[in-house]
Amino acid sequence: MIGLLVRRNLLFILMSLEVMVNAAGLAFVVAGAGHGQADGQAMFIFILAIAAAEVAVGLALVLLLYHRYRTLDVDVASQLRG
Amino acid sequence: MLKLLWLIPALPCAGFLTLAFFGPRLSRRAVALIGPGVVLASAVVSWSVAMSFFLAPPPGGAFVQELWTWMDVAGFHPKMALYLDPLSLVMMLVVTSVGFLIHWYSTEFMAEDEGYSRFFAYMNLFVASMLVLLLGDNLLLLYLGWEGVGLCSYLLIGFWYTDPANGRAARKAFYVTRVGDTAMSLGLFLLFTQLGTLQIQDLMREAHDQWGTGSKLATAAGLLLLGGACGKSAQLPLQVWLPDAMAGPTPTSALIHAATMVTAGVYLIARTHVIFEVSPTAQFAVAAVGAATLLIAGFSAMTQWDIKKSLAFSTISQIGYMFLALGVGAWSAAIFHFMTHAFFKALLFLGAGIVIEACHHEHSMFKMGGLRKELPVTFWTFAIAGCSLAGLPLVTAGFYSKGLIIWNAYASAGGSMVLWLAAVFGALLTSIYTFRMIFLTFFGEPKAHVVKRPGAAMKIPVMILAFFAAVAGFVETPGFLGHAHVFSNFMQKALPEAVERRGLGMSELGSEAVVMLAFLAGLAIAYFFFLKKPALQESVTEPPVGQAVHRFWFSDWGMDWLYDKLFVQPLWWFARINKRDFIDSFYAAVAAVTRALWVVLRSTQTGRLRWYAAVIVAGTILFVALALVAKP
Repeated sequence: MIGLLVRRNLLFILMSLEVMVNAAGLAFVVAGAGHGQADGQAMFIFILAIAAAEVAVGLALVLLLYHRYRTLDVDVASQLRG
Repeated sequence: MLKLLWLIPALPCAGFLTLAFFGPRLSRRAVALIGPGVVLASAVVSWSVAMSFFLAPPPGGAFVQELWTWMDVAGFHPKMALYLDPLSLVMMLVVTSVGFLIHWYSTEFMAEDEGYSRFFAYMNLFVASMLVLLLGDNLLLLYLGWEGVGLCSYLLIGFWYTDPANGRAARKAFYVTRVGDTAMSLGLFLLFTQLGTLQIQDLMREAHDQWGTGSKLATAAGLLLLGGACGKSAQLPLQVWLPDAMAGPTPTSALIHAATMVTAGVYLIARTHVIFEVSPTAQFAVAAVGAATLLIAGFSAMTQWDIKKSLAFSTISQIGYMFLALGVGAWSAAIFHFMTHAFFKALLFLGAGIVIEACHHEHSMFKMGGLRKELPVTFWTFAIAGCSLAGLPLVTAGFYSKGLIIWNAYASAGGSMVLWLAAVFGALLTSIYTFRMIFLTFFGEPKAHVVKRPGAAMKIPVMILAFFAAVAGFVETPGFLGHAHVFSNFMQKALPEAVERRGLGMSELGSEAVVMLAFLAGLAIAYFFFLKKPALQESVTEPPVGQAVHRFWFSDWGMDWLYDKLFVQPLWWFARINKRDFIDSFYAAVAAVTRALWVVLRSTQTGRLRWYAAVIVAGTILFVALALVAKP
């Protein structure tokens, strides 16, 4: 989570995001095992699917960002400042 | 021939449209042909319509030409219909004939002006609106013409719009007449809701049948219509706009502010005379307004130095006579005076226009003088018109029409000694201010150099008008002078005859003799004060009392001052303190709150992805913590 907040490189932010998603999944699995139920594992399957979709969108954004600004620094893309 | 009636208002209207759309591209010659030409055509048609009306009177004494239904909404379907009866016939003839003469005069008078085609466009529109007003078969159509002439009056007073004073005079005329128009439209609403129609003849029948004598509704309707008439005809207390209206070109003053438009109020009351017959209160109010106005304006006319303003007050005073005649039930006498007044007052204004141009746009009578030899035609025509206005016995039209009104002010059903005295005193005032005007302008030492002499186009119309100002009175003469009643006999089909009350202590001859005396006294006073011994003027105006009275009369009895204090100043004061509209402040507050929120919230929108992520994290932690804490 710290990586997500402090890194400026979009690629690293995405990687931090993946780590966080996996951490959440691990928490589900452990909690499921702790309660002796399979729900946690079923939830992990969902999380895996969401992570895959998210990576697809995220990588597309990375490509576009690089295409436009020739950099992966997310602070450069701040045109929506109010 | 009667079928051609629709052409009479349509021709000037066509002239207006042509001049309005193509005027600037036409040559001056073409404009001078079209402008007066359409009015001449209209006058010719009206005379031929009048001829066939005389020779073969239509059944019922009136001819109605229905053109189309104007609108048809929920039982209210006023028609575009023209109504010709002796009353509207006489008015129509005067408007088109005098209108044509004044148009003719204007071709030369306005020759140097930049707005040549604009002037004739307005004048044509005026004639068209006036004819709609006169010929309208229902009060709504009459109201259309009524507002049309008001618009033209406004446009023509402010014709030389580059001078702000003219614009101010035009706006003043518009506002003040608007007060009267509001009263009149309320009167129309009242008549329609009570009687269910605006068609004038039906309305008169219904008013007579449904409302008994002295009915409150009739009084209310009559007083509201009187309010409208007072606004348009510059009667007390709404007369303040007419003296300022003299800012317009002189032919405008002659046509609109002397001969025709300002008598629309007289026409309105004569047209709806049944309402005033069933309500003696309203009718007495008409007489009182007329008598008061004719005296007040007469005093004011004596003190003006501007020749046009003096004539304006004289117009107010003469319309006061017409109102007095209406108020005492002498309907046809009022219309008779309207006719003679249209001739001589139009002529006086046209003569004043020539004099003013000759003296290099000098309006002050005290700076003129001795013009008798320089401008002989103008002098003689002006003198004839002045004598007619003052009522020179036996040979002028004004003598007969005014004498008839004064006699009726005493003798007819609504008349009384007080009204008679007011009218006779008014005749004395008329004689004084008329001859003051003539003596100051045409006699005495020449003071101004004549720079411009009138041409044929200005001389011929004034000569024709002078002829009518002298002879138009012979159609109606008192009993001891031939007893001609051509005019009132003709009018009888439209307007009831004046009823004489019984037990009179004075004969008509006596009344006329007193009027003659008043005329001679006025002539003598004017002669001594303004020709023989001008020093006498100062001996009267020098003492403080004389000065104060002079100032009071000069300022139209302080009416402008009164209205300024009563209406204009409070309105300005209110506008000043309410500059930031207090109703608006509520909406302004909503806008201010929104703006403040925007200032705060926009700082959160940094556009930085990491800031958003951090806020989401912080928010999540906050809400999870809240959920944990709030859980019991």
